[in-house]
Amino acid sequence: MELNELTITQAAEGLRKKKFSSVELTKACLARINERNKDINAFITVADESAMEEAKKADEMIAKGEGRMLTGIPFAVKDAICTADVRSTGAAKILDNYLPPYDATVIKKIREQGGVLLGKNNCDTFGHGASNENSMYGPVKNPHDLTKVAGGSSGGSAAAVADNMCIYAIAEDTGGSIRYPASFCGVVGLRPSYGRNSRYGVMPMASSLDTVGPITKTVADTALVMEVVAGRDERDATTVSDNIPKYSEEITKLGNKEIQKLRIGVPREYFDVAGMNSEVRAITEEAIKRFKSLGGKIEEVSLPHTKYAIAAYYIIVPSEDSSNLARLDGIRYGVRAEAGSLYDVYARSRAWGFPEEVKRRILIGTYALSAGYYDAYYKKAARVRTLIKQDFDQVFDKVDVLISPTSPFPPFGMGEKAADPLAMYLTDVLVGPAAVAGIPALSVPAGKTAAGLPVGVQIMGPRLSEALVMSVGHQLSFY
Amino acid sequence: MTISIAEVKKIAQLARLELTPAEEARHAETISAVLDYMKILNEVDTGGVEGTYQVTGLTNVVREDRAINCDVRDKLIGQMPEVENEELVVPAVFGEES
Repeated sequence: MELNELTITQAAEGLRKKKFSSVELTKACLARINERNKDINAFITVADESAMEEAKKADEMIAKGEGRMLTGIPFAVKDAICTADVRSTGAAKILDNYLPPYDATVIKKIREQGGVLLGKNNCDTFGHGASNENSMYGPVKNPHDLTKVAGGSSGGSAAAVADNMCIYAIAEDTGGSIRYPASFCGVVGLRPSYGRNSRYGVMPMASSLDTVGPITKTVADTALVMEVVAGRDERDATTVSDNIPKYSEEITKLGNKEIQKLRIGVPREYFDVAGMNSEVRAITEEAIKRFKSLGGKIEEVSLPHTKYAIAAYYIIVPSEDSSNLARLDGIRYGVRAEAGSLYDVYARSRAWGFPEEVKRRILIGTYALSAGYYDAYYKKAARVRTLIKQDFDQVFDKVDVLISPTSPFPPFGMGEKAADPLAMYLTDVLVGPAAVAGIPALSVPAGKTAAGLPVGVQIMGPRLSEALVMSVGHQLSFY
Repeated sequence: MTISIAEVKKIAQLARLELTPAEEARHAETISAVLDYMKILNEVDTGGVEGTYQVTGLTNVVREDRAINCDVRDKLIGQMPEVENEELVVPAVFGEES
């Protein structure tokens, strides 16, 4: 096994036992990036020089006995998350030259442990997309089949982990952007509960939905990263101060006895969506059967407002998006267009620096929030959001977790949906509702189609039930 | 179409986005399709339902108001598109155009 193929657990053990150094591990990842990135386009920026310096420092930390869980482990970060002195474009040309003066809190916590930042992952610009075809730095290709999309918006992160260009990645999920590409690329992705991890330093998309989480090769690795990055942050007033469980230990506690007490809900509406692929359905049912065979109680449940989630989501998100993106105007940082008047500087910088989908969302959001339309769109969507949230609250009185496919279909072809924004929005149908409700949801690889394309299943739980959601996901990795 | 080209032009102006005529036509078409889809929400009876604008239940989160030396002054200035005497240069606010 090559070093870059290791999981966090394996790499940490190898470093601790001095089987190899962080410098060697980092070189292996950089070599893989060098070999594969031209085909996959998972990285916008590779920070090879600073990565090697960080690896040397990490080796010194380990030699002095100061090594911690993520010390010396090379990781990659979605480009919509700020990294100090490493270019962070958010996949937008308006930030083509942007060097953030600070680290996002989640990144700071990893760097304090001596994590090695390899570079910045391609994504749909500012997270706007489900296929990673909306990046101004070109689309990301699926490592399992280069003619297919990697999924979005964190496609670069998922592809980089799947193709062993890094040991793990940190990404962002507003309405599926971690889980969706994780399922398409055959890796693990966790959207934590809203407020569990700090959003400070994350380029904001929809502030009431944005979350930061890991994309990893195993659920055990997701648990390890969450232990390091979770928690209250004074710089993000929406973070919660609830206790952070020792996730990596918690996930091993779900033994056969506990599974027999587990009530697993299968939401009917999630299997009835238009375009549900038969192989995806079969693979998901197989995963559910595994719990049944172990004695888990499987119960069909209903989340009646599921079919309204995407409409509510695509009003709330562009509305918050359009407000948040007002800050990018070419005045204080980023790229400024040459123009005479102030209005033209704004309008041309934004015209040049944003791709079509970002413009579309700004327009939809501005429209939905404008006088005369606010009640009909934004307020209506916020009320429907309440009903979607109540659906989950009620169902979690009856069951402990929910299992569904992550996507109704396996990875689709490049360009297949690119010309139809509404069709692309509707691909979020199974990942959007959990985001609207602010609950945790994990995508775990559950099998492959006959054509060899990965299929992920999604496990959702009540707010702050990450330990349980990951425990259930961890069980699925045993078969 | 639910949204006309004239409305797209008006919103684009409010949002400070310069669009080409081709873009205006494309956005009018695609945004109309999206807005038409949103009509599905009218099926939902939301009478008496309060809106959800946040999910944590946190209210009035405060912290001590204290100054912290961030030590990033030079880096911030380094990010500015145009600088003169360590000050940000901006276009004239009162121009001839709107």
